[in-house]
Amino acid sequence: MSAYVPVHQGPGFAARIKDALAVAMLSLMLGIPMIGLHTVDSGGALSIATRWPWLALFVGIMFGGRLAMQFALDHFKLNKARRAQKRPAVRATRPWLKWLGYAVLGFSLVLPIAFSGNRYVVDTATTVLIYVMLGWGLNVVVGLAGLLDLGYVAFYAVGAYTYGLLSTHFGWGFWQTLPVAGALAATFGIILGWPTLRLRGDYLAIVTLGFGEIIRLILVNWTDFSGGPNGIGQIPRPTFFGLPFSPDTDTPTFATFFHIEYAAEHRVIFLYYVILALALLTNLFVSRLRKLPVGIAWEAVREDEVACKALGMNVTNIKLSAFAIGAMLGGFAGVFFAARQGFISPESFVFSESATILAIVVLGGMGSQLGVVVAAILLVLLPELGRDFSEYRMLLFGAAMILIMVWRPGGLIASREPTVKLNKGAQA
Amino acid sequence: MSTHHTLLEVEHLTMRFGGLTALSDLSLNVAAGQITSIIGPNGAGKTTFFNCLTGFYKPTEGAVRMHHPQHGALLLNEMPSYHVARKAGVVRTFQNIRLFPNMTVLENLIVAQHNALQTASRFSLAGLFGRAGYKAARQQALEKAEMWLTRLKLLDLADTAAGNLSYGTQRRIEIARALCVDPLLICLDEPAAGLNPRESAELNELLVYLSREHGKGVLLIEHDMNVVMRVSDHICVLNFGNKIAEGTPQQIQQDPNVIKAYLGEEETDEKVAA
Repeated sequence: MSAYVPVHQGPGFAARIKDALAVAMLSLMLGIPMIGLHTVDSGGALSIATRWPWLALFVGIMFGGRLAMQFALDHFKLNKARRAQKRPAVRATRPWLKWLGYAVLGFSLVLPIAFSGNRYVVDTATTVLIYVMLGWGLNVVVGLAGLLDLGYVAFYAVGAYTYGLLSTHFGWGFWQTLPVAGALAATFGIILGWPTLRLRGDYLAIVTLGFGEIIRLILVNWTDFSGGPNGIGQIPRPTFFGLPFSPDTDTPTFATFFHIEYAAEHRVIFLYYVILALALLTNLFVSRLRKLPVGIAWEAVREDEVACKALGMNVTNIKLSAFAIGAMLGGFAGVFFAARQGFISPESFVFSESATILAIVVLGGMGSQLGVVVAAILLVLLPELGRDFSEYRMLLFGAAMILIMVWRPGGLIASREPTVKLNKGAQA
Repeated sequence: MSTHHTLLEVEHLTMRFGGLTALSDLSLNVAAGQITSIIGPNGAGKTTFFNCLTGFYKPTEGAVRMHHPQHGALLLNEMPSYHVARKAGVVRTFQNIRLFPNMTVLENLIVAQHNALQTASRFSLAGLFGRAGYKAARQQALEKAEMWLTRLKLLDLADTAAGNLSYGTQRRIEIARALCVDPLLICLDEPAAGLNPRESAELNELLVYLSREHGKGVLLIEHDMNVVMRVSDHICVLNFGNKIAEGTPQQIQQDPNVIKAYLGEEETDEKVAA
């Protein structure tokens, strides 16, 4: 730790040129038959034509690309070596981050008004907010407690199916189901957490991955209970304190009660504000917990489990509480998801959802609340914006992810804000 | 010596790993308000002994009994590891420092007071709503942390990430963190390793202060004979898992078995010979 580790500078410029020339040579050899020569149909007979400029361009691109890639990799390695030598210091509070947070909050409050005519924007923003909420929930487990959970979508499914089943069979409302679904998801979190507590890192990840699949497979196969692959349809939508959003006139509806003309957008905007409120509550809850003993203990467990035991902390309970609270928040998001879609099926709870949520947490910077928001916006909007590029959009998405990981390997917002400071007034 | 009551009684402690006997039939008493040192060549079983005391290993045979003023006699070898610190008041540090590197020094010390704070926060409920009882407990925790930070000359570093600090400083933070648990017995695993002579002298002073002023039992594993011979009230020498000598520093320095164990090794420890 104290020994000086020399920073590896990588090979020199000449070596890089040599390397790129070799790649160019290889691409020239491959390119002659594939690009340099092509067949043309000249009056019934095939003849061979040459495309030397294309070939030259191809070889040039390969040369330049190889050079650029190697420099990017060198840069990446250098950064990595630097980080290994010096841990990121606890930096002074960065005021612009706080302002960014307020700006995002302000924008999210006025968004449905600013885009009131555009249902697509409000819908997409609602999706972003669901992922923000899921990200904040998973952040407790992965970011704070350091337990790699690859099956988080299972708790999302538990919440969604709890609402789906309770509302269609017993006529429960959205707000009634919310606490029940949260408690049920938390119970599932403990059920998953209990046997896996002794596992760490990769092993825990595999077990949680399996757990997520178990829940999904139960939903697919237990047709009597969950409707199997057909899912559950006609789930009642949330009402505005008992006033439904519908064009019917025999009972008071939202539109008749407020004497406004019925519009389908009302519900979309209402749903947006519901998830915004839920997400903000989640944020408040998690930020407060982080400063409480239980939150500090989560971080301590992430840092060093053995030391926690030696200080008399019950690591089992601390991990279970992280699992339970993370799961509960996932359950809340699930209830909202079911209420918004009106239809749920196991299709919505596949592994790639877990992966997306985890990507949001990791990309945002582990443990950072604002980072999750930025990452969720990015991960939901990038594929949406890429729709114009049709089949290339996943390629674009992948390239963007790689670039972010090269430039900011610790996540978009990687700095950690201490939970308590001795010299509150002093700027460190 | 008889004025100090016995805090910890180790009786016929044996630890086997398969065919290897790391500790065999070790008996030892540790008194409150005194510094007891365990010395011995590398691989003598010192750290294994600490692991047995603090619940990280379950000893194969024997008993470790802690005489707690409130809870009476507690069998440490039958407790889960976290109870050893929480209930019995036995806290240890580690040979390879185990801090929470990305958390600040102050946070490290607050984590150590987790149990008291968690109870005061009523398992987060009172804390979530900012109740006065929790706030008072938190203030108390901060004051305790500040007290030990001041005592160990760490106050200026309170808001720095612990992992960024020098080796000697990290050692002191680990001791400060252990002290925040309010232990009756503090077990230090090579606290002087990597310290310079000045830091080492400060450590001596601290150990004496803890045992004399605070009445804490101090159990020390140490290779640095400058520390061991100056501050110890009682020394126990281990070699290949056996206790080969026990007594005051003067007795140990003249003990033929100890001299043989140290000089008989290929790697001579000059400090003992000198």
